[in-house]
Amino acid sequence: MTIMIDTGNYIAAKAAVMARPQVVAAYPITPQTTLVEGIANYVANGEYKGEYICVESEHSAMAACIGASETGSRTFTATSSHGLLLMHEMLHWASLARLPIVMCNINRVIGPGWNIWTDENDSIAQRDTGWIQFYCSSNQEIFDTIIQSFKIAEHEKIVLPVMINYNAFILSHTSMPADIPTQKEIDDFLPPFKPHWKLDVNNPVTHGNIIGTAYYEHIRKGMQDAQDHAKKIIKDVAKEWERQFGRHHGDLIEYYHCDDAEYILISTGAIGAESKAAINNLRKEGIKIGLARLRVFRPFPEEEIRKLAKQSELIVIDRNISIGSNGAFYNEIKSALYGVSDTKVTGFIAGLGGKDVPYHDIETMCKKAIKSKKVNNSQIWFGFDGGE
Amino acid sequence: MKKYKVITSLSYPQEGAMGKTGSWRVFRPVLDVSKCVKCLRCWIFCPEGSIKRNKDNSVEINYDYCKGCGVCSNVCKVKAITMDREAKKE
Repeated sequence: MTIMIDTGNYIAAKAAVMARPQVVAAYPITPQTTLVEGIANYVANGEYKGEYICVESEHSAMAACIGASETGSRTFTATSSHGLLLMHEMLHWASLARLPIVMCNINRVIGPGWNIWTDENDSIAQRDTGWIQFYCSSNQEIFDTIIQSFKIAEHEKIVLPVMINYNAFILSHTSMPADIPTQKEIDDFLPPFKPHWKLDVNNPVTHGNIIGTAYYEHIRKGMQDAQDHAKKIIKDVAKEWERQFGRHHGDLIEYYHCDDAEYILISTGAIGAESKAAINNLRKEGIKIGLARLRVFRPFPEEEIRKLAKQSELIVIDRNISIGSNGAFYNEIKSALYGVSDTKVTGFIAGLGGKDVPYHDIETMCKKAIKSKKVNNSQIWFGFDGGE
Repeated sequence: MKKYKVITSLSYPQEGAMGKTGSWRVFRPVLDVSKCVKCLRCWIFCPEGSIKRNKDNSVEINYDYCKGCGVCSNVCKVKAITMDREAKKE
């Protein structure tokens, strides 16, 4: 084990290479660029011996990964924002074809309003593609989640692609220390990829053919069952990682001071990490508050949310918005509670366009939610136009 | 042949793996055996393998799977195959 002090992207590149994918296909886009540049460096110094395909667009990057995965190769790619949106068609293809591709998406704002900072609207827009979605809050978690993701994606009960999301610049370009296990330790944890189906001249199959309505329904149901299995398998893999490497970032959710909490803040990504500082300060003031950082958005941890709602009022911060409705997390949390809990859920929209969300703002949001006795059915735009 | 457990759109090679595609046909190739010179061009060009070659190099059209694309009629040098509309008015 060694300590690597580097940016989220370079640490992600290290993890990707240590997972030994046979194929990486990628197209550069800010702020993902240094990740694929990092992998290119490993090609140059001989540390990465797989096939590295420079393609002409993100749509092609995912198409190349699909082709490679269909021949039975472990594949990795990375993108961001508009690049992810250009992949949209291929994202559906990858999951419907049940290909365990692993991809990093560095959460970046969508233009116009050209902006390279962070919010989650790019990955939230891919919510219904069938991909498992992680949201990371530190460079160490990025490394650990990438390795875990290959294991989860390739698990015989899942066989779905996985997207690992983390915030532009706040994580992608900020250096932090991370423990890097040895290649042997990674190899022991993550054995070579055994494909669940493949294009093979010795066992010919036709893939992507026309099928009737009744069969098609089976494909969708199979994906849904796989996501349900993932709820357990993500936990198992996190436990196995903890046994082997001593680190645990939570499974579907990371809990922080939740045991005796009367209020629980739910947030994700970098705001999730910043929230811990806010919780510490609020606790010092005597407020019994905890944090549930959502680590996984698909599959959605409904059961866990219901348990939290039994003991506490919920406060949700969304760094995304489904225009015409609410933030995605707020909506899904409320949906999980329907018919089982009347607990108060207060939602905030914050940090869109990469606007900074420091811990003292998170404290203000929490206090505002705690003070308000009425149930709001829409979210509050925190700090909008300079206000609170 | 190995069958995979994963549920996606996979089909294994067999006759009619795509179902009875003959039902898609709008035009029906009709072979005039008296004109046929057994050159086998139709057999070579049929994209669906719906033309059966007999031992004496005579050919038969399998209407269960022929989609009626008309390639056979087009490549026939002696115009032995005509394309007739299905369900032609009497």
